[in-house]
Amino acid sequence: MTAAAGARRNAIGVGRTRVPLGPVYVLMLVFLYLPIAVLFVFSFSTNTTLSFPIKGFTTDWYGSVFKNAQLLAAARNSLVVGSLAATVATGLGLATSIAVVRFRFAGRGLLLALAGAPLVVPFVMMAVALFLIFSLLDVPRSLLTIAAGHSVIALPYAALILLSRLIGLDPALEDAAMDLGASYPTTLRRVVLPLLGPSLLSAWLTCFIVSFDEVAMAVFLAGRDQTFPVFLYGQLRFAQTLPVMIAMAVLLMVGTVTLTLVAYVIRARSG
Amino acid sequence: MLGRRGSLWFLAVPPFLWLLALFILPLIVVGAISLLPGTGRIDFSHGWPSLNQYQQVFATDIYIRRLGISAVMAFVVAASATILAYPIAYFLTFRARQRATVYLILLLVPFASSYLLRVMAWKLLLGSHGAINWVLTSLGLVTEPAGLLVYSQAAVVITLIYVWIPFAALPIYAALQRIDRSHLEAAADLGAGPWTRFARITVPMSLPGALATFFMVFIPTVGEYVTPSLVGGTDGFMYGNIIQDLFTRAGNWTLGAALAVVMLLAVLVLVLVALRLVDLRRVAV
Repeated sequence: MTAAAGARRNAIGVGRTRVPLGPVYVLMLVFLYLPIAVLFVFSFSTNTTLSFPIKGFTTDWYGSVFKNAQLLAAARNSLVVGSLAATVATGLGLATSIAVVRFRFAGRGLLLALAGAPLVVPFVMMAVALFLIFSLLDVPRSLLTIAAGHSVIALPYAALILLSRLIGLDPALEDAAMDLGASYPTTLRRVVLPLLGPSLLSAWLTCFIVSFDEVAMAVFLAGRDQTFPVFLYGQLRFAQTLPVMIAMAVLLMVGTVTLTLVAYVIRARSG
Repeated sequence: MLGRRGSLWFLAVPPFLWLLALFILPLIVVGAISLLPGTGRIDFSHGWPSLNQYQQVFATDIYIRRLGISAVMAFVVAASATILAYPIAYFLTFRARQRATVYLILLLVPFASSYLLRVMAWKLLLGSHGAINWVLTSLGLVTEPAGLLVYSQAAVVITLIYVWIPFAALPIYAALQRIDRSHLEAAADLGAGPWTRFARITVPMSLPGALATFFMVFIPTVGEYVTPSLVGGTDGFMYGNIIQDLFTRAGNWTLGAALAVVMLLAVLVLVLVALRLVDLRRVAV
């Protein structure tokens, strides 16, 4: 929105009602942040069960995180799965969006519908479906099967982000490159990809976070190697490991929050 | 040299095959396995197809009742999250002005926080020795901790509403941003007051986005099993927990497959009904 339009809007008071929406927004933020804040404070408490009041404060749990080999392995597995899933989903999302935006072909509507369809299937259904097909085909469950599942549920996010960017990209740029003698693959590599660059990174990060935080499918698809959410889910029933788990989850949360903000800033800057 | 048209194959075929192999085919396999007669090995040579599993699903009261309860819970969660997210999105679009980015980022932080961690946070708040009970007893409002807060349907619903609100705000925000401001200006010029403009322009024009949001929350929530297993207890478990149990503990894959198919069909029917009501393609996020 331009400043002029904004000023005009102010002058006639569009969007102005007497409802104090500012305080409502602040209240909602308090509601959204308070539980996380309580848990954050709790991660420094000496309490070993989920109980109040907090008896004392310690940073020991954070120290224990780095001594727990299983925990670190699970976190590393999550990184591997997230990277694989995000790379596949972004690559396929890119191919899908270029095909759908730049071409008219027989299966176009079908491809678009297919790419969005994982959004309307409950995760537990996808979990059951992939679990059964892998069992039927004797594919051993591993980090790869989790990554394969995550690539499917992350694909709609990649496709949506890249579609909206590609629609705003002037096709004349590609025509110009081809008029100057570039082949279409060269045009994609040298013109389209650089222009999409920030959106590609944003799509990749979004897909990574979708995978990194996913537990419902991963529980079904994990073999012996577990991702961090699967490991955490399994450990939540055991009181003695709970404080360390919470500490680790807080640490990883700081990471995913940072990544999300980076993805957002990249998208906002590239328009 | 590869032409433009030739490149299309290399663009369209990989995602198509990938989704065929890892999305469509697995769904067909679930359907096929749900038609097996017995619970033992996967063997299609005897008595396939059979409706045994479906007969069992519909003959067992608890399954269908739990699907109904889960659908109602998911409805309450999706409706509440959408309604609570609406003022957030409205504020970001029409009120936040030059600080909109800051406010949006403040919303993205809880959005990006670990799902399991946010569920644990509510367990910590609602537990019988949790934060809320502690505050209440310290203030002398209650003498004994009310142990009923956690492990209930209400705990599941509250936790899920909380988890979904930031997610729900984003598509509504996108829908509100797409509203052409000149409509609102024209209405103002013609003498419509703020409430009239809100009720007659903003709400109808953002309704498809709000409905899309509703379904984007409703669909995954119907099949939810992680949150109920953590804060639901024996009362708040959902249909997804039955499916998970059949696969992980009971080892009854065929019945589990039939339950999953029934859930997916129920969800798809609801989505198709909604698609008839509004054109969701107009509101891509």
